[in-house]
Amino acid sequence: MLSDGHIAPSSLSLRDLPWQVHWSLEKCTLCGRCTTVCPVHAIELGVFRKRILETALGITQAPSNVFKVFYGIRQKTDPAYACIGCGMCSLVCPNDAIMPYRSEEADKLRFHINRGGQPRRRGGRRNVPGGILDRIKFIRISMLTDPALDAGRHEFELRSLLGRVLPPEENLRRLKEDGWIPPVREIYPLIIGGMSFGALSPTMWEGLQMGVAYLNEELGIPVRMCTGEGGCPPRLLRSRFLKYVILQIASGYFGWDEIIHAIPEMKEDPCAIEIKYGQGAKPGDGGLLMWYKVNKLIAAIRGVPPGVSLPSPPTHQTKYSIEEAVAKMIQSMSMAWGFRVPVYPKISGTSTALAVLNNLTRNPYAAGLAIDGEDGGTGAAYNVSMDHMGHPIASNIRDSYLTLVRLGKQNEIPLFAGGGIGKNANLAANAAALIMLGASAVQCGKYIMQATAGCLGSESDRCNVCNIGVCPKGITSQDPRLYRRLDPEKVAERLVDVFLAFDTELKKIVAPLGRSTSLPIGMSDALGIDDPAAAQRLQIAYVV
Amino acid sequence: MCRLCALTSSEPLSPMKAIEALDVMREGHDGSGVGLFLSDLGGPWEELEGAPILSGIFTNDGLKRLDRFMMEIGFMTKYKLSIKTPKRTPPGVPKRDVYLIRAYELPEEWDQLPPQEIRNRLLGVRLQLREMGQEKQDMIVFSFWPDCIMIKEIGDPMTVAEYLGLDRKELRARIILAQGRQNTNYAINLYACHPFFIQGMATMTNGENTAFVPIREFLSSRGFPGYVGYQSDSEVFTHILHYTQHFLGLGLEHYKHVITPLQDEVLETHPNGPFLKHIKRSCRRLIIDGPNCVIGCLPDKRLFMVQDRKKLRPGVVGGRPGLYAFSSEMCGLDAMIPDRDKSKDIQPMHLDTVIVGANRQEVRLCSQMDTLPPVL
Ligand code: SF4
Ligand code: SF4
Repeated sequence: MLSDGHIAPSSLSLRDLPWQVHWSLEKCTLCGRCTTVCPVHAIELGVFRKRILETALGITQAPSNVFKVFYGIRQKTDPAYACIGCGMCSLVCPNDAIMPYRSEEADKLRFHINRGGQPRRRGGRRNVPGGILDRIKFIRISMLTDPALDAGRHEFELRSLLGRVLPPEENLRRLKEDGWIPPVREIYPLIIGGMSFGALSPTMWEGLQMGVAYLNEELGIPVRMCTGEGGCPPRLLRSRFLKYVILQIASGYFGWDEIIHAIPEMKEDPCAIEIKYGQGAKPGDGGLLMWYKVNKLIAAIRGVPPGVSLPSPPTHQTKYSIEEAVAKMIQSMSMAWGFRVPVYPKISGTSTALAVLNNLTRNPYAAGLAIDGEDGGTGAAYNVSMDHMGHPIASNIRDSYLTLVRLGKQNEIPLFAGGGIGKNANLAANAAALIMLGASAVQCGKYIMQATAGCLGSESDRCNVCNIGVCPKGITSQDPRLYRRLDPEKVAERLVDVFLAFDTELKKIVAPLGRSTSLPIGMSDALGIDDPAAAQRLQIAYVV
Repeated sequence: MCRLCALTSSEPLSPMKAIEALDVMREGHDGSGVGLFLSDLGGPWEELEGAPILSGIFTNDGLKRLDRFMMEIGFMTKYKLSIKTPKRTPPGVPKRDVYLIRAYELPEEWDQLPPQEIRNRLLGVRLQLREMGQEKQDMIVFSFWPDCIMIKEIGDPMTVAEYLGLDRKELRARIILAQGRQNTNYAINLYACHPFFIQGMATMTNGENTAFVPIREFLSSRGFPGYVGYQSDSEVFTHILHYTQHFLGLGLEHYKHVITPLQDEVLETHPNGPFLKHIKRSCRRLIIDGPNCVIGCLPDKRLFMVQDRKKLRPGVVGGRPGLYAFSSEMCGLDAMIPDRDKSKDIQPMHLDTVIVGANRQEVRLCSQMDTLPPVL
């Protein structure tokens, strides 16, 4: 722009953008890899003009100019092409000539990403780093009576139960009278949270499934993975691996035509059915698969035409009230599998979670409750929902657990906590804290994506373009050019790494607490925090 | 840390037998307190069949309140044992007004009541007294049950025993549970002192139950008035035993399957596998953790010992027909029955429950791998 040129309201300078791409003329070989790889076309080949003044020392020669042209990388300032800081350009640069840097001041871009009246939509997670889970410490080190357990040598039983557990008296009575005993699955307490086939690329999905199968069949770790709302590939539905899968049904019912029709051909029952009523990342909003990602395969599995956006309604359309809907859906889902499969709802973290929970306690078919806190991730949502809506998971889980304790039903309705577990890579510590606050198991998605496939997203708004099918790592894209970047075998390997490491860390946490015979659900005496208000709220110790 | 010993004998024995064993094991406890549970009583108590015996510590005012209260609900004193203590209390032992052991006649209106109801009412009276005592700090009540006496006090076991003059005919019993304790987790409080008692069952533990809080939450939410207290993490062992027997109708052989269930792979091939899986799942909240050796006594006068899942605690049982002893340490057993055949001693391992029946003829060792007796 010329200095006396025209400025539009959304004319931004590089300085106004969140990320500035630094590029070195000296190192760049103009290979063009960075401009090719950039998922948002933030950079392009630039032609720069340079003026060199030549002023001789003497007075005989008049000073002169030389105008030169050189080529390099130019960063675009149009908000539509703003750099997302993914760093793919540096990843591919053979000479380390390019690198995005975050502006130290809050950007001005944020005031302009609603052009056309369309608020910002993105993938990712809440842009708030930190959180209460990382501050919870495990303080009750068992020093009194014995040296602590040995995480490497002793036997540990760190399993959890998914399903409605009857009170002991009732269980024995029904056993004697041959009554119906609700199905219960013994699972590993770290569940791979619902990420749909469609939100995830085929390679990512396949990698996770392979990893899950390996963990179960070769290592005997009963890891379960939830499908999210997007159906399930037909071959998986008809394979023995279905028993490792939690099928999710949500308000769009995507893929359920296929699932229901496959029931007669299923070799195994699925692990469980999760009915999604809400999601922590975007409470009150339904799933959203944007048209970019709806290719033929996805469309076929979901039973829709390709190339159209697939927003799920915010609510289940059949719903009149949560009581009635939960009751009806749980019952019909249970019935579909002959009452052999646990069925439980998932809700977003909310101050009304207890009302839902109370309702479930009176529903004999409810197999659990999953609560997804505000720090949950998503493939696509409105920015405002992600950043501002929802309830933190810690107090939600704690209140729910203590309510169950008051009713004497703790662990009869297992609570599954999700949203922000491992947000800062402290996966085992966060999981253990939630378990000791009362969760029977935790659900986790983002950490899995980061650790198994190198997702670049962060709590400070890096990347986050999962919604438009351009995922530079091929994790959340349906474009074969992108998802071929991801080797499913390697994803599977990393998944196994993640679970093995998690398992060791979990043992390193519970062993010093003197726990090994059972998962320490609700062992709140082990927890402490350096904030008196949080301690009081969670009913754990205040320690400084 | 606690030291435990227990005796079961065809002939009534003086509690000093057990106290002496505690003294031998002295280096393992700090002498901060002693707890005794006596049952299958000898002497004068033998004729008092069915009469509940109240054991506790009272101030003079507390005693007056007790008498008024018991009178009001229709209990008449049938027999009492007065413990006269010397004027000067030994160092470390608090001064008390009255150590009370008193048998009562049941109120007449109770005659027609079913036994279950009587049991629950006796428990109710004990809890009510405990609550009254806590309010005014004038009574501490340990047990109120036929054929059971409990004595607990702060101080070195031997000193306390001599001070209270426990070596007397009236205190002879065929079953003695004794515990010398070091105050560990919680403040010194006689309600935190083992053995713990509920409706004729008593257990004591050497160890630390790290799963205490969730278990306490489970028991307290059963709606059963007796599941209160929990000044010690070991009290839940007694209540779990009570719960499995009274609410689930399970036998002693099942107890260990509740507190330290087998792993799933093992249950797959266990003769009672499917049943045990249900127990494991529905009683998951009662699974204990940490190093523990539990010694207990049932109302039918069986004595038992179980260990934690990893056998992180010692424990030994030995003796001869007519006299068996349980101890947390070998030296304790040696002190109680020196002239036994030591080659027949049993140190129960991580799967075992040791039981000596009321006939005291043999030590029975049940493994969790065994086929279980049918549940009633
Ligand atoms: S950091 Fe990512 S978005 Fe930014 S220029 Fe490089 S490749 Fe493009
Ligand atoms: S790497 Fe892919 S999945 Fe991760 S934030 Fe970027 S677009 Fe989303």
